[in-house]
Amino acid sequence: MNDISRRFLIGAGAAATLLPAAATPAFALTEARARGLIDQVVADINRVIASGKSTGAMIRDFERIFARYADVNIIARSTLGADSRRASSGQMRAFTAAFQGYIARKYGKRFREFIGGQITVTGVRQVKSWHEVRSTVKLRGKSPFTVLFLVSDRSGRDLFFDMVIEGVSLRLSERTEIGAMLDRNGGNIDALIADVQRAG
Amino acid sequence: MPNFISIRRPTLFATGLALVVALAAAGCTPRPAGYPASEPFDPYEEENRRTHAFNRALDKNLVGPAGKGYSGFIPDDVENMVGRFAFNLSIPGAVVNNILQGNMKGATEDTYRFLVNTTIGLGGLFDTASELNMPQATDADFGQTLHVWGVREGAYVELPLLGPSTERAAAGKIVDLFTNPLTYVLDEPENYYGTIATGVTGLSDRGRYADTIDSILYDSADSYAQARSLYIQNRRFKLGGGSGGAFEDPYDAEPGTPLEDPYDE
Repeated sequence: MNDISRRFLIGAGAAATLLPAAATPAFALTEARARGLIDQVVADINRVIASGKSTGAMIRDFERIFARYADVNIIARSTLGADSRRASSGQMRAFTAAFQGYIARKYGKRFREFIGGQITVTGVRQVKSWHEVRSTVKLRGKSPFTVLFLVSDRSGRDLFFDMVIEGVSLRLSERTEIGAMLDRNGGNIDALIADVQRAG
Repeated sequence: MPNFISIRRPTLFATGLALVVALAAAGCTPRPAGYPASEPFDPYEEENRRTHAFNRALDKNLVGPAGKGYSGFIPDDVENMVGRFAFNLSIPGAVVNNILQGNMKGATEDTYRFLVNTTIGLGGLFDTASELNMPQATDADFGQTLHVWGVREGAYVELPLLGPSTERAAAGKIVDLFTNPLTYVLDEPENYYGTIATGVTGLSDRGRYADTIDSILYDSADSYAQARSLYIQNRRFKLGGGSGGAFEDPYDAEPGTPLEDPYDE
C-alpha cells in the first residue's frame, strides 16, 4: 500500500511538472483509458503512414510518437536487464537517449512498407498488472496481423511499455539485441552506448 | 479418421505416424528443473550456430539474391496467386491436423475454405473465402498437434535450409510430409504441384520481406540469437492461440534483483 501511494505521489508529481495538460489522477488504469491512449497512438501512426513522407521525416515522426506515448525509460532499462544495476545514473540517461534514437531509426525506416495500410484498435483486456490493447494491422496484399500494446500506469502516467507483433515482443527482441551488443563490447557500458548511437 | 486419408498407403501413414509420435515424445530433450522459462533452452547451441552460419552463407550467396531477383521480376499479382495456390493445397493437411487435435470447428472451417477457394477461387488462385469474410485459416500443423497431445517443446534447433525450429516442431515437419491427403489422392506429377508452389512461395517471401529478413540476418549484433528469440516467441504465440499473457511486468523487481524505479532519481 505504502508503495502504491509513494508511486502515486511521485507519478502525480512527475505528471504535474512534466505535462500539466495531460495530468490525470494516476491511480487505477481503466480499460477505457488504456484504449484511449492506444487510440491516440494508432491515430498518430495512421496519419504518418498516410502522409507518404520521406523516410527521414517518418523516422522523426515515429520518434515523437515513441517518446510521447511509450515509457522509454522502463523499456530501455528492461532491455539492459540486470546490467542496468551496475550502470550509473548518467550512463542510464545516455543509454536511454541513445536507445530512443536507435528504436526510431530501426523501426521508423520500416514505416514506408506500411504506406497504404491501416491499423485498427479491436479490443482491450486486463492482463496481470497491465492492460493489453489489441489492434489489427492491414497492409496491402498481406493477411492482417495482430499487434498488442501493453499499457501500464505504474510510471505514474498511462504509457505503453511493449508492442507485441504476432507474439514477438519489441522489448524482449531488443533485450537480445542489446545483450549481444554489450557482449560485443566486452561488457563496457560506455562502449555499448556509443554502439547504440550508431546502430539502427 | 476420415476415409479419404486411407485411399492409398494407409499402413505406411499409420506406422510412420506412430513411430514419429513415439520418437518425438521420447526425443524432445526435457528442460532441466529450475531452468528459467524466459530463457531459450538451447543445449545444442554450438552445432546450431554452425548450421546458422551455413544457412546464412546459403542465403547470402543463393537464396537471398534468387528471392530478390524472382520477386523483382515476377509481377506482384502472379506472386500472390502462386502463394494462394500453394496455401490452398496445404489446407487438407491442416484439416487432418485439426481433426487429430479434436478441433472440429477448425476442421470444418478449413474444409469450407478449401471447397470455396478450389471451386469459386479457381483452384486456389484466388482467396474467395477471405473476400467472403469466412473464418481465418487455422494453418494447423503436426508440431501443433504434438503440442496439443502434451509432447514437450524440447530443445531449440536450427535446421539446414529450413531454419529455426524446436525438436517438437521439427518432428512435426517430418510427419506433415505425410499428413496431406492430397499427396495420396493425386497422381504424379500433380501431387508435386503443392510442394513446388510452396518452394516458390518461400523464394517469393524471401524477396518480398527482404528488408525484414536482411535486418535480422545481416544487421543484428547476433543474428543467431535474434532469429532464435523471434522464432520461439512467434511459435509460442501461434500455439497459444494468440494470447499474450506470457510476459513479465518490467515494473516488478526481478527475483533477487531489485529493479529501481526509474522515476526515483
